[in-house]
Amino acid sequence: MTEIPKEEYVLKCTSACAGCSSSLILRYVLKAAGPDTVLVIPACCTSVIQGIYPNTAMNVPIYNVAFAAAAACASGMSEAFQSAGKKTNVIVYAGDGGTVDIGIQALSGAFERKTDFLYICYDNEAYGNTGMQRSGSTPIGARTTTTPGGKTHSKKDLDGIVAAHDPPYMATACSAYPQDLFKKVQKALSIRGPKFLHILAPCPPGWRYSSEKTIEMGKLAVKSGMWILYEREYGKVTINGPSKAAMIKPVPVEDYISVQGRFKGISKEALESLKSQAERNAKRLSLEEKGIC
Amino acid sequence: MLTIATGNKAVAAAVRQANPAVIAAYPITPQTEIVEQMAEYVTAGELKSRYIPVESEHSAMAACIGASITGVRTFTATSSHGLLYMHEMINWAAGARLPIVMANVNRALGPGWNVWAEHTDAFQERDTGWLQVFVSTVQEAYDATLMAFRIAEHNDVLLPVMVNLDGFTLSHIMQSLETVNPGDFIPPLHLPHAIDPAHPAGYGTLTGPDDYFKFRWDIERSMRDSVKVIRETEQDFADRFGRSYGMTEEYRCEDADVVVIAMGTLGKEAEVAIDLLRKEGIRAGSMRIRWLRPFPTLDLAGRDVVVIDRDYSFGFGGILAQSLKAKHRCEPYSVIAGLGGQEVTYDDIAGFIRDRKPGEEYWFGVKA
Ligand SMILES: Cc1ncc(C[n+]2csc(CCOP(=O)(O)OP(=O)(O)O)c2C)c(N)n1
Ligand code: SF4
Ligand SMILES: [Mg+2]
Repeated sequence: MTEIPKEEYVLKCTSACAGCSSSLILRYVLKAAGPDTVLVIPACCTSVIQGIYPNTAMNVPIYNVAFAAAAACASGMSEAFQSAGKKTNVIVYAGDGGTVDIGIQALSGAFERKTDFLYICYDNEAYGNTGMQRSGSTPIGARTTTTPGGKTHSKKDLDGIVAAHDPPYMATACSAYPQDLFKKVQKALSIRGPKFLHILAPCPPGWRYSSEKTIEMGKLAVKSGMWILYEREYGKVTINGPSKAAMIKPVPVEDYISVQGRFKGISKEALESLKSQAERNAKRLSLEEKGIC
Repeated sequence: MLTIATGNKAVAAAVRQANPAVIAAYPITPQTEIVEQMAEYVTAGELKSRYIPVESEHSAMAACIGASITGVRTFTATSSHGLLYMHEMINWAAGARLPIVMANVNRALGPGWNVWAEHTDAFQERDTGWLQVFVSTVQEAYDATLMAFRIAEHNDVLLPVMVNLDGFTLSHIMQSLETVNPGDFIPPLHLPHAIDPAHPAGYGTLTGPDDYFKFRWDIERSMRDSVKVIRETEQDFADRFGRSYGMTEEYRCEDADVVVIAMGTLGKEAEVAIDLLRKEGIRAGSMRIRWLRPFPTLDLAGRDVVVIDRDYSFGFGGILAQSLKAKHRCEPYSVIAGLGGQEVTYDDIAGFIRDRKPGEEYWFGVKA
């Protein structure tokens, strides 16, 4: 097992909801990144989680910036550190809305320019900060406050979009697998250029399950194949252990769906769409891993 | 029908009755309740609008523009950073002469993040060609939204209208609300320049200086004509439904030696301050400016003027105070108060009036 440092950079005074996995993810991200790190954070739950001025719950500098601007702001910061000969990690920590919706233009630009930084999208599959509206990353069938009848469109393929920019390293992770997450952050930061982590972040109030089930929810996402843990290093795909196991013997998608209030009353068609999407993703990644695509 | 509602819900109720064909929606505190309520109406089948859950405010306004130019009624709502993020398209909407109606829930601008009331967001859009009205009660939020559609779509105006309400102090407070049956109060929209493949035309084509200049003057001419349209609309609203507000709402101004001028909820709060001062024998009155654009003409001659700005133009001054100074050649006591949701009570307002120093600027709560 990898030794995870004892140092804490997310202090015990956040204003996160009970069972918030996005703050848990950040805890491991910062343990892996260490103190020579700056976080760039667009509007999202983490804008609130970090506390109210003049306090801060993080033990590294945080630069808060406008909702659409994180990747562009980080581009400037990364170039500036380089011009000063500094090796400080520049990490964007953004929600799914700030990534797949309003922030996608800045993200695309920074990756095309081969900016040296790490972009992390923690994906709670909705706009948490503003009270759970749909995002482009909300799965089909999920109820949010702007899709009270269940979302009618599928989740955007963010990883496909990022992969098209051919970054040296990208990976998925999940709050329920902290060792895996920790190693991926370390690996990402050891590589120069634009790196990307897409991390599933189960969210009790948004997904409507009770807060003590947050780890279980992440495990179910992976075990059902609804979330696949993999890495893409210089184009080469590796599916990670837990998802390998899930591909051989998955738990039914229903086991994951039925424990979340947001999927209550989901239509047959939406459920079928979720399942077939999960199957297609698994198949595509397996073929890519074998070098067939 | 008499109900109780928040400012946000009142706006949503009016929009539902105006029945726009297309709604573009993007969440932002403290406006989100409006787009959530519209989603509820649409999902429940109570509203037939096409609801576009866009990926940003720039796209929200662009979607409204694309819809509006086909000649249909459109609506969106935003706040603060959302309003500024659509700034380019806000200019476009007015320049393209599209009668889009937008609710803007006034909120401060970052950094630091602050979700509370301030007017700087809307004031930064004051030169775009939009009509802007500021409301002070839940009832007025509803009434002004209904009227906004009729004013925007009037063929002597054909300019977009922004309905401004204060974040939290109006958007999230409950007051009584009397809804009406609008009947034919808002006539069907006729957009004379609507896209029509039977009459091909270029829209927004490369335009030389002479024509461009003429189009700008056209906007200003319609802005001036809108004063008459606003008055007519208010009069018809009053005749039908019994409520009227005016370009500026005056309170006990007839014999006033000093008037306090403010906007939004602070303008309403000022009325309580006036009652207090009158009891002390101070002949004070209040003018609550409702329409920022077109900017009103006020009768300020021979009176002391106290202006409360919940906004600021750095290196220049309170925008309302400076505008009044320029337009009316007065020397106001310029009070800057309420930025970022700072609490300002009627006692505070009474204090501003008592302690006024005409010609000076005072930042409330800042120790010198
Ligand atoms: C230009 C602009 N539009 C809207 C907002 C309001 N806003 C703040 S955070 C947010 C949603 C964030 O969602 P996501 O990125 O998924 O992060 P989460 O809150 O879920 O952590 C919205 C809509 C804003 N701050 N700026
Ligand atoms: S809404 Fe979800 S992501 Fe946001 S703080 Fe709460 S648990 Fe965390
Ligand atoms: Mg989110």
